[in-house]
Amino acid sequence: MSLVSIENLSISYGAKTVLSKVTLTIEPGEIVTIVGPNGSGKTSLLRSIIGAVKPSRGRVTQRADLRIGYVPQRLHIDRTLPMTVARFLRLPTRVAPEVIDDALAQAGVPDLAAAQMSQLSGGQFQRVLLARALIGKPHLLLLDEATQGLDQPGSAAFYQQIEKVRRNTGCTVLMISHELHVVMSASDRVICLNGHVCCEGTPEVVASAPEYRALFGSGTMGALALYRHDHDHSHDHDHGHDHDHDHQHEHTEAAE
Amino acid sequence: MILDDFMMRATLAGIGVALATAPLGCFVVWRRMAYFGDATAHAAILGIALSLALSISVFAGALVIALLMALTVSLLTGRGYAMDTLLGVLAHSALAFGLVAVSFLSGIRIDLMAYLFGDILAVSRVDLAVIWGGAALVVLLIGWRWSALLTATLNDDLAYASGIDPKREQLILTLALAITVAVAIKVVGVLLIAAMLIIPAAAARPFSRTPEGMALVAAGIGSASALIGLRAAYIFDTPAGPSIVCVAALIFAASSILGSIRASLQ
Repeated sequence: MSLVSIENLSISYGAKTVLSKVTLTIEPGEIVTIVGPNGSGKTSLLRSIIGAVKPSRGRVTQRADLRIGYVPQRLHIDRTLPMTVARFLRLPTRVAPEVIDDALAQAGVPDLAAAQMSQLSGGQFQRVLLARALIGKPHLLLLDEATQGLDQPGSAAFYQQIEKVRRNTGCTVLMISHELHVVMSASDRVICLNGHVCCEGTPEVVASAPEYRALFGSGTMGALALYRHDHDHSHDHDHGHDHDHDHQHEHTEAAE
Repeated sequence: MILDDFMMRATLAGIGVALATAPLGCFVVWRRMAYFGDATAHAAILGIALSLALSISVFAGALVIALLMALTVSLLTGRGYAMDTLLGVLAHSALAFGLVAVSFLSGIRIDLMAYLFGDILAVSRVDLAVIWGGAALVVLLIGWRWSALLTATLNDDLAYASGIDPKREQLILTLALAITVAVAIKVVGVLLIAAMLIIPAAAARPFSRTPEGMALVAAGIGSASALIGLRAAYIFDTPAGPSIVCVAALIFAASSILGSIRASLQ
């Protein structure tokens, strides 16, 4: 049975419609990535799954007793709020210290329990957010641009951690990212969103779909190939063009 | 009986208010609601005028108007005006209307100063019961919702994902704020309530590692300010409410200096 099924979902804020007629399901065990340009409704889709935004049409159904772990896009903790990592992981429900240590180990930051949240590096902070999402032993892990603000090696390491978590816990992962080249290769399925579902399928299928190329240009196909290539640990440097593209992509992101 | 002593009653009233404002004040600081507290307090003066005109309890009048004010602000936020503009309009209008309304009350001589700056030395046994009752209510309310309030303070979506409605938590804070304003009027007055909310909490920050620790330290600092401030007011013959706030401000200054010395040593 599907963990989440979304039927004919439309979301509007006032007169502005951000999503229309989205239908999709999330099946147990898969890693699904949502890609799409800014303002394409990616975050709204995720927020509708956690119940933070009400659909104006259609509906979002969760499997009964579905446990969701949510890693938000950005979390700002006011400097006036003192908060240790351990205390943060006990919000809003108290859990045993072993559970906290276990979650931190799963997220790849085993020794941070006593640290202040305000003193963590960007990468540590995101992993603590991941640890918090893992506390309730979720069936479904939702990540909203979880690597925003991390450099490329940092976000690649973060997504490898996600794959590891999926292997260890068997949880389903639904994530948003615009780091296509990093994320797509780790995904079983990619959904390309731009106010509606443009196209979906395996990373290769989506990357070569005309709808996707219209949104992101054809270069990303090369980036995907580059990643595959790196991932296979073959060291053939025949991909100068792809490297160039990759750098361009980084620059665009930094400029945003 | 020790409650016969006006200084004793004043001290107990001060500590009662400090206990309520400490946990609430932490949320006011964390959520950057300082101006919101101010606005609610200013509106209370209108409540006082109305309750004197209708001869009902000042506490009830202040509570109702403070609550209406806080709810209005919550409802109007995000509908065209920025929060601070909205608060500026509503808070000062309510204060002005309140002051004008008070002037219409012929026959009753009201010492307006007593409501603007508090008259802690005139606290009666009934006042004391109201203050401690209100403070207990605020502490229980915040204690009951503590984890949910903290989660909602961190991030709305994090709260939703945990099955917490951040809007409901905001309402609970609003309610606690209105109760606190109503009970604190007698002690520090309308103009200085925000000081009792913010200063002890801010002074507690450098010495806290957890949110709970900060609320406890804030309660200690607030109580100490009430004790020392009242003693100082007695010795130097200064106004009691402002003296309490002055002591709190001095503790804040000392705490900030200690905090930055410690940070530079690390």
